[in-house]
Amino acid sequence: MKKMTVLISTLALALSLSATGFAADTIKLGVAGPHSGDLAPYGIPAMKAAQLVVKQVNAKGGVLGKQVELLIQDDQCKPEIATNTATKLVSDGADVVLGHICSGATKAALGIYKDAKIPVMSPSATNPALTQSGDYPNFFRTIASDDIQAKLAVEFAINQLGIEKVAVLHDKGDYGKGFADFAKKYLDQSDKIEVVLFEGVTPGAMDYSSIVQKVRRNKAQALIFGGYHPEASKLVSQMARKRVKAIFISDDGVKDDSFLKVAGDAADGAYVTGPRDLSTIPLNAAATAEFKAEYGAEPGAFFQEGYAAALALLNGIEKAGSTDYDAVTKALRSEYVETPVGKVKFDSRGDAEGVGFSMYKVENGAFTELK
Amino acid sequence: MDYFLELFFGGLTRGSIYALIALGYTMVYGIIQLINFAHGEIYMIGAFVALIVAGVCTIYGLSGVAILILAGAVAIVYAAAYGYTLEKIAYRPLRGSPRLSPLISAIGMSIFLQNYVLLVQTADYLPFPRLIPDFAFMEPVAHIIGSPELVILVTTVVTMILLTLLIKKTRVGKGMRATQQDMNMARLVGVNVDRVISMTFIIGSALAAIAGVLVASYIGQVNFYIGFLAGVKAFTAAVLGGIGSIPGAVLGGLVLGWAESFSAGYISSDYEDVFTFGLLVLILILRPSGILGKVTKQKV
Amino acid sequence: MWQEFKQSIVVSIWFVFLTFPLMVVRVNTMEDLVEWRWMNIAWVAIASFLLSYLWRYMLARKQVRKKVEEEGGDTRSKLQIMLENESLRFKAMGVLLVAALVYPQIFDTYQTTIMISALIYVVLGLGLNINVGLAGMLDLGYVAFFGIGAYTFGILNHHFDVGFWMMLPVGGMVGCLFGVILGFPILRLRGDYLAIVTLGFGMILKVVLENWGSLTFGPSGIANIDKPGLFGLDLSLANHTIYIYYIMIALVVFTIIVTNRLKNSRVGRAWMALREDEVACIAMGIDMARTKLSAYALGAFWAGMIGVVFASKTTFINPASFTFMESAIILSIVVLGGMGSILGVILGAFILILLPEYMRAFSEYRMLIFGASMTLMMIFRPQGLISGLRQTYLYKGAKEEIDNG
Repeated sequence: MKKMTVLISTLALALSLSATGFAADTIKLGVAGPHSGDLAPYGIPAMKAAQLVVKQVNAKGGVLGKQVELLIQDDQCKPEIATNTATKLVSDGADVVLGHICSGATKAALGIYKDAKIPVMSPSATNPALTQSGDYPNFFRTIASDDIQAKLAVEFAINQLGIEKVAVLHDKGDYGKGFADFAKKYLDQSDKIEVVLFEGVTPGAMDYSSIVQKVRRNKAQALIFGGYHPEASKLVSQMARKRVKAIFISDDGVKDDSFLKVAGDAADGAYVTGPRDLSTIPLNAAATAEFKAEYGAEPGAFFQEGYAAALALLNGIEKAGSTDYDAVTKALRSEYVETPVGKVKFDSRGDAEGVGFSMYKVENGAFTELK
Repeated sequence: MDYFLELFFGGLTRGSIYALIALGYTMVYGIIQLINFAHGEIYMIGAFVALIVAGVCTIYGLSGVAILILAGAVAIVYAAAYGYTLEKIAYRPLRGSPRLSPLISAIGMSIFLQNYVLLVQTADYLPFPRLIPDFAFMEPVAHIIGSPELVILVTTVVTMILLTLLIKKTRVGKGMRATQQDMNMARLVGVNVDRVISMTFIIGSALAAIAGVLVASYIGQVNFYIGFLAGVKAFTAAVLGGIGSIPGAVLGGLVLGWAESFSAGYISSDYEDVFTFGLLVLILILRPSGILGKVTKQKV
Repeated sequence: MWQEFKQSIVVSIWFVFLTFPLMVVRVNTMEDLVEWRWMNIAWVAIASFLLSYLWRYMLARKQVRKKVEEEGGDTRSKLQIMLENESLRFKAMGVLLVAALVYPQIFDTYQTTIMISALIYVVLGLGLNINVGLAGMLDLGYVAFFGIGAYTFGILNHHFDVGFWMMLPVGGMVGCLFGVILGFPILRLRGDYLAIVTLGFGMILKVVLENWGSLTFGPSGIANIDKPGLFGLDLSLANHTIYIYYIMIALVVFTIIVTNRLKNSRVGRAWMALREDEVACIAMGIDMARTKLSAYALGAFWAGMIGVVFASKTTFINPASFTFMESAIILSIVVLGGMGSILGVILGAFILILLPEYMRAFSEYRMLIFGASMTLMMIFRPQGLISGLRQTYLYKGAKEEIDNG
């Protein structure tokens, strides 16, 4: 057994070493995200999107006359692994990186790319601080940040629904608490609405009956929840069971078919924010068709954003005329590119202009976009 | 007052689930002084098997309470079978080894079973069919205590009564009590100790499966990871009440359920787990063997 | 023969029954689909049939070994005997040290980064080894002290710009302080109670980190933590990695020396005695509370110190890095490697951290194998890969003690 392990690890070592021997005449596009583990469904679609884009670009002769080579690395969405992943991509000579998927992992890895002067574009990391803090001039993203969602949810509650008392809950996670914090910030700015409850619930707890009762006790007309669909389904089911009538408003993490199926009838009448419906954009239809032809299935989460990021990065290099860091970031900020999420360029902080959110309502077991 | 009652019944429901799981911990611990760390996974497997049976039945067009009973029965059988196998494979070969060994083996089995279900089933949360109907007569008080809660409470009470009868009156129960008091002595007077231990695992696992099915139909979703937190909480309940003591496990479960419900209701749910474990530490400092636990003197 | 065959058939049927609902049926209650995977029955049947033979064979071998041991025979493996040879051990250590020193010069930054992760776990394992392996106190919340160290550095660095070198001992001391504070009330508890309370501490820490937003920045964590400085030089990524690597090597060597010395000290022997028999120990006049507390606090010291290195290596920390799973991994390093054995713990850390890195293809099965191997190890090799070398004193006619430890 021991000999075996030694043998295998030496073999693996040898393999990973030989893989680093490189040729200089390709453009290297790094792709990082969770490709294994329980969060893999969020990372694999973007990886496949990159593969499709690269295949197409290479078929047309590549970028600047060079073929594009993909360097794919798994980070399992864990910050401590993401730094290893980033180091690997840097030492393999990636010119630009598409990734990472989770905000935490992205944050952990960005410092390494920044020191190595590599532009990074994430299809999914929505943490506002990534662009707004100004700490990461090398960071771009093709998805809108969480505070925009929170703002949309709050404005919707005040203006459309006329809510005066609202409870804000979150799942104590990075994403959920971030959303809830921003929601609270915008709610406090308005004098038409009052936050009667702001609390975190424990994911995986057996039930949320106490917190649901608390929502009723505080006479909240609406409940804004930051988090993901398992907790959201539990909350709306228990609200229905306990006859709590507050309107449920939540975020993109809840806009998932699982929410509809798990919560069932209880989900009806809930509102969630999500990326704008992209079905009218021609390039999106083309990309989806391409995916279906290749894999015979519907693309998953962040496919369009990943596709857009790959296109934008390669376009940036093309327009810049080289893989030089300053030239590429300048091109990304000034040149428009047609993508499945619309025609975009990036603002000075790295957010894509023209990418946004819509409000969806759950009606008859489906999400309907509200214009 | 309404709010107090709401929290009271919320805590009671949660507490009785904890109590059902805690019984398995406490019975096993009473007999072989082992924290069966994988007990939470047995609870999860019970819920999953029930989901599979209920799912298949619903898809093939059956419906109603009959499914719930069928799913519950199959879940109990399978959970008991897993509990029995677990003891045979992971704990029996370790009898007589240092105290840490079986505990580590148990942690290993807990990780193994979780990932086994993750691999052969799915990582997603699956909806559990809503099998408990809303009883019309509960409607006036539905905001305080709904039909699922009623079903949980009634089932728990019935189960407890059956368990008490089993332990007090039957041969198996007598064997269990004898083994708990003194394993060697029990062996001398003709108790088949191995069988008693197996039976303890079977009964404990069956109780966990009942809890699993009740929770799944109450909450409406199942996932491979639900066993971990429930197991830890239930174990905490067992320790609170005095591990090894059966009434202690029930009391500990209820105390924990109420503590969580009232602290979340009157203070904040932000620090839910802090209250739980804070209470545990506090009680263990004041009464190192739990509320109803006997102070055991170690003989040399 | 026939008997065995029949037994295996029964086992095989039992496992087919046992795994039937979970492995054959897959219900998707979302799409209302049922998938029947009949082939799995065959796999389970064949695998459990063969494994039952292996199981019996291994159990029988274990019995034989036990018997030999009882009769005073030698059951040590060749490796074990080699390790007990002192001069060989020193030579081996020298070779290892040289290999460790040239490693980053030969391999690239990525390999070095992974090696740093492994070394971090080596130190964590050695620290926990003091609690579990030497003093026999099962700590299921060890990661709490690791987190405390990392956050102490993260917070102070963020607000006051305190540097790495300053914080390295401070992190350890803060960890140690928390070890004393938390350890004090729970020392009276016996083994199993202690385990569950420490597990509780681990969970409490995570909840506090998540909720105390004004201090810890909540779930979003602390980013841009400084890397260790080297006389104010501006190092590139590659050089920084190598630098941290050498820091880790130094820390590992330091830890090994200290724990080795501790093991043979007065307090170390008290720990081991306490592990073997608490009552006898108290009767012999050992202050149980103080001895236990010192083990707990020292274990916490190492975790806190290495937390500082972890924070400065990843430059980003959030509560998600400090879960029960981490505690379980550290514990398995100790158990798998061999409780009480320094070399064993090092080997355990390398296997558990490096193998998954190199075998990404198996990553799905990683935790499954991990759990199963913990159980199997306890059954078939409870002393771990390398069992702790015990100081043995031989009495040879005249009053001559030979230390062959």
